[in-house]
Amino acid sequence: MNSPRPQPDPPEAGGGFKPVPFVVTFVVMMATWVALSGKLDIFHLSLGVISCVIVSLISSDLLITTSTFKGMPGLWLRFLLYMPWLIKEIILANIHLLKLVFHPRLLEEINPQIIEFRSRMEDDMALVTFANSITLTPGTITVSLSVFGDYVVHAIDDASAESLPGEMEKRVATVFGEAHG
Amino acid sequence: MIFVSLLIIAGGIFFFFAGAVGVIRFPDFYSRLHPAGMIDSMGLLLSMSGLALYVLSHHGLTGTNILTAIKIILIVIFVYLTSPTATHAIVDAGIRAGLAPWTKKKNGGSDDPSH
Repeated sequence: MNSPRPQPDPPEAGGGFKPVPFVVTFVVMMATWVALSGKLDIFHLSLGVISCVIVSLISSDLLITTSTFKGMPGLWLRFLLYMPWLIKEIILANIHLLKLVFHPRLLEEINPQIIEFRSRMEDDMALVTFANSITLTPGTITVSLSVFGDYVVHAIDDASAESLPGEMEKRVATVFGEAHG
Repeated sequence: MIFVSLLIIAGGIFFFFAGAVGVIRFPDFYSRLHPAGMIDSMGLLLSMSGLALYVLSHHGLTGTNILTAIKIILIVIFVYLTSPTATHAIVDAGIRAGLAPWTKKKNGGSDDPSH
């Protein structure tokens, strides 16, 4: 019943305090606090510090799961470069869908279908980013995604279905430094 | 500059309208989510960036106004993070409940009153 666990957590300090994720979480929280409050006097800043310390203590191990940060600045930079391309794709797909919405013979134009493909990317974050990018682009919605990279996508017509996985996967793979295919 | 921002906001509202029309016109549960995603992505992007531009151009480039514009852009960023997750949850619920998607082959491409 009340037996102690065999090995609490010897070398890697599983549930212990990890300073690096704590500091990173705190900095992100504090930047958000300052941006949202807009007040820079001692009173509001100290309130922010207190709440950010509490929240970071509780949730820093949820927000940041990896303990290494090598390659992080480059990843964020490449992700920022990916954003304009994604927004361009979203705009193009929106215009395509806009034509469909106002088409007089809508039911002849659309061809809803479920397509499946497999991505060779391995990083969880890369897979989720790709899935969210697919859903964010109108005309395609990710139905399910397995840990092995099996995607099931609902596409509204042939043109939307043809574009997958295609260039978007290549770009996401480049962002996360993964092999693609 | 105000006219530009008003034009962008009007474009955003047009996309909201088109999304609503699409939700009514599309044939089934899954395909209706596509125009709903259009509201989330394009309507929100255009109307919020128009509002940010309006705040900056009409009220001047002061610190408070820049902060307000950043907050407005933060709305877009947070919705872009959460909206695909919500859409995926809805689709997943439909698949788990066993609802078959509307397909052209099955429904013949004509107006089927049963759908």
